[in-house]
Order: sequence, then C-alpha cells, then structure tokens
Amino acid sequence: MSEHIVSPKLYLGIILTLMVLTAVTVGAAYVELGPWNIVVALVIATFKATLVVLYFMHVRYSPGRTQLIVVAGVFWLGLLLFMTLADYATRSWY
Amino acid sequence: MHRTGELYGHFETLDQQRESASLGMWIFLITEVMFFGGIFLAYTVNRHANPVAFALGSNTLDLRLGAINTGVLLASSFTMAMAVWAGHTGKQKLITLFLILTLVLGGIFLGIKTVEYAGKFEHHLVPGSSFHIPAEDVSAAAAKADPDFSAHAQLFFSLYFGMTGLHALHMVVGAGLLIWLIRQSMQGRYTAKYNTPVEMVGLYWHFVDIVWIYLFPLLYLIDRRHK
Repeated sequence: MSEHIVSPKLYLGIILTLMVLTAVTVGAAYVELGPWNIVVALVIATFKATLVVLYFMHVRYSPGRTQLIVVAGVFWLGLLLFMTLADYATRSWY
Repeated sequence: MHRTGELYGHFETLDQQRESASLGMWIFLITEVMFFGGIFLAYTVNRHANPVAFALGSNTLDLRLGAINTGVLLASSFTMAMAVWAGHTGKQKLITLFLILTLVLGGIFLGIKTVEYAGKFEHHLVPGSSFHIPAEDVSAAAAKADPDFSAHAQLFFSLYFGMTGLHALHMVVGAGLLIWLIRQSMQGRYTAKYNTPVEMVGLYWHFVDIVWIYLFPLLYLIDRRHK
C-alpha cells in the first residue's frame, strides 16, 4: 500500500479550524458556566486533538493496525484516568 | 548494516519498510501518551483538591502569550504537515522550505516560553522559599476559602513548570531532529519514493502539538471569568 496524499487545501482548512477553535476556547473561558467551563474546554481540546490525529497524522488514511494502536492507546489512557479518579471521587463516601 | 539504496536489508520493499517505521513510531508515541498521561492525572487530582489556589495560579499566567504560542505551535504543525506533503509529492525544495518554517515557528514558541518563564522568576512565582502571590491578586473570598493558598498555589506552579518544561524539552528534541532533516533534505536525500524520516519526525512533532492543545486550556484558562 502506498501512502495517501492529503491535499494542501484540506490542511489549510484544518489549520484554520484549529485557529478558530483556539479563539473559541479562550472566549468560552470568560463565560460563566460553573463546572461546565472545564467540560467545554476539554471537549474543544479533544476535538482539536482529533483533527490533528486524523489529518495531520494521517490516521484516517492509515492501515487498520495503526488505527488499532491509536484506539488502544486512548483506551488505556482512559482506564488510567477513570480508575484513579473513581478512587479519588468516592473516598469521601466512607 | 546491509543496504541497497534506501532499502535496508531486512525489508522486502520500501513500502514495507515505511509501514514498519510508522508502526514503531506509533508505539513509541503511545508510550509518550502514557508518560504525559500520568502527569495530567497528577494535575487533575491536585486541581480537584485545590480549586481556589489553582484558579489563583492560573490567573497569574499571561493568557495573551499563551494564546499566541498556541497559534504559533498549531501553525508549525501545519508547516510540518506541508513538509510531509512535499515529501510525498517529491517537491525537494519545498520539503526544505517547510522544514525550515517549522523550525522557525518552533523557535518562536520556545522564545515566548522563555519570556514567560523569566516573568515567573521576576514575580516570585517559582515554587520555593521566595514564592509570593501578590495580595492584590487574592480576593478576600479566595483567602477565606483556602487559607493555605500560598502552599497550594505552589503545587500549581510545580505542575506548570513540570508540564510545560517537559513539553519544551520535547520541542528542543524536535528542533534537533528538524535540523538533522533540513541538512539531509538540502543534500536531496528525500524524494517521492523515500521520505520516511520526514514523515516520522512529523508524527512526533504533531504529538508534541497535541500535548500543548491540552496544556493550554488546563493551565491558562482556569476560572478566567472572575478576573
């Protein structure tokens, strides 16, 4: 399999989207959302990271085994965060 | 090692060689995800325990410089992606040009980061015996909610320097790799057929960009609305 060539136009679209999202996340930080501020910030960051992984890092066009590694990595990171935070979040219950 | 042209002896084809390199690079990047993941976890646990002090610390950071740096780093990811594109399409001069642009943008990022660090030293915001948050930055409500805010804000700054420092260290390594690539590229080593090193350094550079995509909101954007 030879590499898929992404057009510079698509890259330009991605970088413009990333820049706009950076402005949006700064703007959103000044809006009073209580506990939702951090959620909004992380959703925007994750969306930006996903664009970088899929397009700049070509994962969208990569072989299945590369995609499997990415998904497995994110899954294990999720386990690390979820299990530890589940512990901290429930300590005060007892 | 035995090598025919760009093809190392233990591979059958250039495509197979390239895919093996890509697989290995991704596995390395996942170990990096785990490395940074643990630090992000430490950040989360400490921020959850000390919300007031983390907001105080975050508000002392220069949001303008942080936002500009985010733009600079994203732009460098774009030029890196373009260098890989130039490699795939065999445009040798453009490979060199985009690699140099990426290096320059990376240098600007590190320069701005240095200015920020210097400011923290000047304003006594480095954890240690001289650490001091100016009284006018601490509202009465904050001081009441967390009387020990000075100690807890030092936790924030320890994490700030640790996380941004490790990120900057990765940038320095990336800059070294870029200099190596630029030299090779100027000698015409990368063609449409063989450009795997450009692509692999590209993956690394984008990964470092992603770390910053998370660092920026987590460090600079806590509780900004009260300022």
